[in-house]
Order: sequence, then C-alpha cells, then structure tokens
Amino acid sequence: MPSFNHIVIGAGPNGLACATKLAQTGARVCLLEAGAAVGGGAAGYEFAPGYPTSLAHILHALDTRVISGMGLESHGLAYVSRDLDTVALSEDGAHLTINGAALSGDGAKADRAVYEALHAKLSEFARVLAPFKALTPPRIARGVGNPMVKLAQLGWGIRRLGRANFREFLRMILINVADVLEDDLSDDRLRGALAFDATLGAWLGPRSPNSLILLLNRLANSAAGKAAALTLPAGGMGAVSAAMQKAAEAAGVTLHCNSKVAQILVQNDRACGVRLENGDTYMAQTIISAISPKTTLLDLVGPAHLDTEFLRRIRSAKSRGAAARLHLALKSAPDFRGADLKSRLLVAPGVNAVENAFNAVKYGEVPDAPVMEITLPSAHESGHAPEGKHQLSAIVQFAPHAPKDGLEAARAQMLANSMAMLERFAPGIGKLVDHAELLMPQDIEARFGMVGGNWHHGELAVENMLFLRPTYDAAQYATPLPGLWLAGAGSHPGGGISGAAGWNAATRILSGKGGA
Amino acid sequence: MNQHYKQPLQRSVFYPRMEAANVLAEWGNWGGYISALAYDDPEMEYTAIRNGASVYDLTPMVKYAVQGPDALAYLNRLTVRNVARLAVGAVHYTIWCDDAGKILDDGTLFRLAENSFLICCQERHLPWLSDSAIGYNVTVAEVTENIAALSLQGPCSANVLRKMGFAIDTLKPFRMVDLPFESGNLRISRTGFTGDLGYELWCNPADALALWDGLMEAGAPWGIRPIGTHALDMARIEAGFIITNMDFIPADQALREDRVRSPFELALDWMIDWDKGHFNGRRALLAEKAKGSRWALVGLDIEGNVSTEGSIIYHDKKHEVGHITAAVWSPTTKRNLAIAQLERPYDAAKSGNLWVEVYALRELQYVKLMLKATPTKRPFFNPARRRATPPGKF
Repeated sequence: MPSFNHIVIGAGPNGLACATKLAQTGARVCLLEAGAAVGGGAAGYEFAPGYPTSLAHILHALDTRVISGMGLESHGLAYVSRDLDTVALSEDGAHLTINGAALSGDGAKADRAVYEALHAKLSEFARVLAPFKALTPPRIARGVGNPMVKLAQLGWGIRRLGRANFREFLRMILINVADVLEDDLSDDRLRGALAFDATLGAWLGPRSPNSLILLLNRLANSAAGKAAALTLPAGGMGAVSAAMQKAAEAAGVTLHCNSKVAQILVQNDRACGVRLENGDTYMAQTIISAISPKTTLLDLVGPAHLDTEFLRRIRSAKSRGAAARLHLALKSAPDFRGADLKSRLLVAPGVNAVENAFNAVKYGEVPDAPVMEITLPSAHESGHAPEGKHQLSAIVQFAPHAPKDGLEAARAQMLANSMAMLERFAPGIGKLVDHAELLMPQDIEARFGMVGGNWHHGELAVENMLFLRPTYDAAQYATPLPGLWLAGAGSHPGGGISGAAGWNAATRILSGKGGA
Repeated sequence: MNQHYKQPLQRSVFYPRMEAANVLAEWGNWGGYISALAYDDPEMEYTAIRNGASVYDLTPMVKYAVQGPDALAYLNRLTVRNVARLAVGAVHYTIWCDDAGKILDDGTLFRLAENSFLICCQERHLPWLSDSAIGYNVTVAEVTENIAALSLQGPCSANVLRKMGFAIDTLKPFRMVDLPFESGNLRISRTGFTGDLGYELWCNPADALALWDGLMEAGAPWGIRPIGTHALDMARIEAGFIITNMDFIPADQALREDRVRSPFELALDWMIDWDKGHFNGRRALLAEKAKGSRWALVGLDIEGNVSTEGSIIYHDKKHEVGHITAAVWSPTTKRNLAIAQLERPYDAAKSGNLWVEVYALRELQYVKLMLKATPTKRPFFNPARRRATPPGKF
C-alpha cells in the first residue's frame, strides 16, 4: 500500500500550490485528482473541436507567492495581455473604457474626477486588506497560535489610513455597492460595470448588504505586477494549469489523475489515508483536501468521526452558484459596435440591470436580460479557434442554482436570453454561431465538483470570510479531525484561480501550529 | 387544541385521578404539564416511597423514539456510553454532550428491539437529535404524548404488581418486560428515581386510568398513595441522583459561559467509553481529561438538621469554593445531606475545612449559621432490596 507524508485531494490551483509547497520541503506528497487532467477551474478542455477553453477565463488573482514559490514563469507562465482594458458596452456604440482609475471613450469626462477619487479611496482600503489574504485567519480564542504581532501590524495599517479615511472605511466596509455607486457616480455604464464586478461569482445583487466588500476583495488582487490588473495567460488557462503541473512534478509531487477519492480513512481518531472509487488505498500522516469542505466532511469523512454542531454548520454553509458559462464558436469576429475585441467586454448597462438580473434567481427563474463578462481569446492569439474563426467566452449572471422549471428548460432559456442580450450589443452575432455551450451552476457542479456550482466552493460573503470560512473551528485550515486539513477555495481567502488558500494551508501545516 | 393558549399547561392523561387526589391543590409545571407537587402530606408521601408503595405521574417525561438500521451507530455517536453493550430489553442511564464536551442532558435509554430505542429525558432536544441524525439512516420522533407512564416505587411495589397478576419475579434491575394489559401491553421496567425497589410502567394512554385504578386497588393493603414532586425530591437526594436544570444547567440553555458542565464536573465520567470510537464531544473531553477540570460534584454530610438548599460553601469560612444545588434533612438516614458543586481541589485534597453558610428563617428572622460540611460518597441511601431478584415480599 503506497504511503506518503501528505496526500492532497484535488489538483486545482489550490491543491497544486499546496502539494508543491509541501513537496519542496522534501516531503513525499501524493496529489490525487478525480478528473483526467489537473487544473480544476483552470483545466483546459474543448467545448467544440478546435475550441479549447476552461471554466475560468481571466487571470487576476493568482497569488504572487504561488507564482514565485512554484517558479511558474520558468515553467511556462506567460501573458498575452498583462493589463486588459474593460469596456462597458453601450447599445448605441458610445462605449466607456475603464482601466484602473482611468476612464476614456465617449462621455468619459463627466465622472472622471469623482471616479478617480472613489477608485483611489477603494484601492486604499483594498491595499490595507490585501495582506490578510496571505494569512491564516486568526481565531477569536486564546492559545490557538494567532500571529499576534502580524495581526497588530495589519490592524495598525488600517488605522494608519488616517482619521477621515478610517472613518470612511468603517462606514463603507459593510455597505452595499449600489449605494456607493449611486452616491458618487452618474454614468450608468460605469456604475453597471462596478456593480457587475462586485457581484461576479457571488450570490448577491448590488443592492444586497455587504456587496462592496467583494469589490474590495477583487481590488485587493494583483496580477502581472499591477494591483487589480486583469491578464490573459498565453495559451489560455490550460497553460497556467500546465505550468503548475510542471512545477509540482519538479518539486517531486506524485500526481495521479482519474483518481477520485471515495472515502477518507480514519484510524484511532486520526485521518490516515484515502480510499479511491476504484478501491485503491493510499496512506499518509496528513490528509489535505483542496476540494469542497462540504464534500470533504459530509461525504468523504462522514458523521461518525465529526461532532454534530460542526457538521451542521458545514452542511448549512451557503454554496449557491449564480454564474453560468457561455462558450460560442463563431464563424468570424463579432462586432460590438466597434468595441476593441482585445478588451474585457461588459454587458451590464446600469446598477438596476445587474440588480434585475439577480432578482430572478431568488425565485429560481432565469433573468430576461442577463449581464455578462466577455473575452475573445482568439482576438489575442491563435490556438483558441480554428484559423479565421473566433471564440467568445462569457460569464453570464445570474443563473438560478435551483431552477423551478428544471435544469434543461432553464439552460435553454438562459442560452436564449443570453443570445438575445448579445444581439442587442453585437447585432448579427447569432448568425455567426457554429456551436454554443452553456454551463448552468448545476453543470458546473457536475463537471468540476464545485458544490452548488459556486466557484468559491462556498459563497464568498462577509459572513463566510476570514475566520468564518468555512466555519470558525476549521478556518485555520485544520479540521477537528486530527490529521485532516482543508486547503481549497472553501477556506480563506476563497476561490478564483489563485492558489492562495492552498499556499496558506501548506504554510500553516509546515508551521506546526494548529491541527494534531 | 386550536385554543391551546387558553390552557398554557397540558394535562396528563392521569389528570382526572390526580386532581381528585390532590386535596392540597399544590401544582407545578413540569415540562409544560401540570404536575403534582404534593397531594395531601409530603412527609407521608415520602414515607410511602421508603416503607410502602407510591405512584408518581411520569407522563411529562420527554420521550424520543429512535429507530432505523443506523440507530445503534447514531446513539453511539450521540451519547457517551457504549450502546452496543445495551441488550435488547435493557435500560441504561446515559448522558450526551455538545461539541465542547459540555452536558446537554441526562436520561435513560431503553433498547426496545435491535434497531428501536427510546430516550427518556428532562429537557426537549428534537433539534439536537435531528441535527445529530445527519448522515444516519435513522428516524427520531418525539413520543412524549403517545405513552402514559407511572412510576411505582417502594419496597412493596413488587407485591402490588404481583397482586395485579404481573409476573415480575425474574425481572432484574435495568431490565424491562412487556405483559398483556387491557387493550394491549403494559411495559414494566425495573427503573426509577428513588434509589429503592421500584418500577416504571408504560402503557397506551387509553389504558392509563385503568392502570391508575388497578394500582390503587391492588396496592391498598400496602398503603399505596400518589406522591408529588416534593416527596420524590427527598428520595432522589438520598439516592444521590441529579436533575437537569436543578443540579446543572444544560449546555444549550446556559447563558453564562461558566455555567456549563462536563461529565468530569458532574462525576459522570465513569460512563464514558473511550474505546468505542468517536462520540460527540470526545475530543474536547479528552483534552479536558488531560488538562483537568474546574468543578467537581460531591455529596455532603452537614452538621445539624437545617436543610441547606442553595447555600454557598466556604473553605476555612473565608473563601467561596462552591454551592449547594440540592439538600434535604434525610428522614431515613437521619443525616443532613446535600449535593454540591465544588471548585477543585476542594472536593478532595482540600476538603477538610469546608463550611456551609445558611440563612435559617426562624419566625420572620434570618439566623446566619456556619455549618461544617464533609464530602461523603453517594448514594447516601442504597438498600439491598433495590437490587434483590426476585424482589422481596415486604
């Protein structure tokens, strides 16, 4: 029976990052992946012959510690765009281009000054919050190994915003994003774009309480050396996965794909191994799960080894996905009324447009006019579509995680409504479509194992962040079951193609603090 | 039942007989039911427990049926004892804890069949029991109202049952038997809360009044009488038994952080089976076992004859070290008894200089007493007749 120091379950970005960091210490690490290839949300697959894609399509949160610690650039990570513009599309062709604090395009002047000030303020808040992402969340208890000096430094960093900004920070930290946008800005295109960004991947509308903090969370990311930048990796997300796989293998990680774990084995009240669906077993001193906390604890461990209240909290944790994925194989380039196809295109014409699109999913319905984020990877480089053709990749919101009319009808309606929306902004696009794939949250759950189709493996919301992610007695990556750790997006700081949770978990495991 | 708010306390099926017998009209609230505190003379009622036969309405006791293929695994995870060692037809006393290893309640667990159990306890726990069922093929249902129950206690209780025609001579303590009665069966378990020979009788509510009347008629030669909670409380203290929400606060109801108690702190750790696998709170309890506990529950023997309910305990008459949760001047042992919680190590290593401060009310004036207290083993009263099989013919 193969035996290792560590077994990591799930070879998404977090599993790869965690396994690599552990293996770099010389430990024997086994990484088990249910799918045929590594990468999870970054894994490449073809949605139509000659059209490769992946669940995630923009790289903006990959942790800098992961990039340097895994040597990803030496293993092939490169960018085809290091700093995507965002274009807030308009139906009349008067588009607004946004890049960081800069606005350009038709009518950009009106909000330029107030937006610069708002962007500066929010970026400042994001800057002082960003270091928390690289930290094991503190626990509100004594004697649990909290990094008190580090926490004091970070707390002092927030306090040093200055009296006025600190007051603003406290006023705004739990506010809804719509109030902020409507207070300060007048341009619906800009307000729609920011409302969209705040709620992307969340089960929240812009008028839901606490929605601003998700925008801050997004602004706290950095990519290609720039805060809050959006990048496209050369070769698509699949290339990021490939680089991470090479780094893991270079560190000595033993990787097994097509190895779905059916059970976490427990002996003498300690997780000691795993049994695969095919019956194979692997043993290790620590078992680290980078898949959903719910799947890990409810299904792979089960109630016999866990306490009632803990398990109830894990089961009750919200994990509703509201994002659908749309892939179109196009005969030729679409025309978004002249918008630069090498930018990130947003169909989000106003705060209310985003809010209305969210309203429907509360009742299990498909929105009439969904909002969406679009990239055309084929506009940047070859390899994303056959010669002369194009690929459109979109995240469409909001899709009901529990459609009242059933999945098939909802998927068909979501595709129809998405195409109708696209037609408004890119007339004639429907005639260009050779093939379309639309993944509803349930499809995403079935294909990628993300519970509820939520790509954070549990909703990222203020009541589910930091020391409450996934719940307080598992928020420091150790679980109550000795020998079992969490390292996936369901742990702090959440998902996206980031690797931060996996890196943090490995750091915590190696520190010797927590767990047993 | 539509206008239940007009009757805030429920009436047990035995209420017509209880009301007729309760000449003092002393009633209390037990778990939402009207319960008799005393019928005509609490001292004589107590005497019936120890010298004759007594009947107490147990119907308000909260009861849960646990059934299904995973019932045993479920109960082993829920409670601290090893349910695999509980035979069909047997009963054991048990406790269950929250994740932090603090006690939620105690109760008795009846194994009715291989996969069918009954939990009897003081407080209501359906949310906890249901949450605990996540992942188990088991059903949990409250059946409090489906079962009418009486406690028949006292040295002559076996004779009363014999006279009614029930063959109970071979029934051992903590065992039960189903015997034909009226429309169905009467379940007789040799259990009780008095520390004496006694039985608990469980029947279809439709047969409840027939059971009451049958007992009163058959028991007349032995002076059988209904008893209230006051008399039962005297007996249970002599037996050293504790009651949820009187001797400890259940963890899910405690508002103050330091009110919760672990099995170690209520001297119930003897029940824990560390080797049966995981059970709820096990990891927290292992940690407490290694680290030590703050509180201890002890029996006290106190000088004099003034009962000491609710009194504070001092070490060397100066430092507060605990408090009394139950006390009685015991007519049977002729001792002044108490159940107390003491901060460690005043329960053992430093137990030599303990004093109870009592404010004794004497004709409208309190008199302050400092009474010497000595930890002593429980039960304070434990007669051989409680265990004898066949039971004695007194």
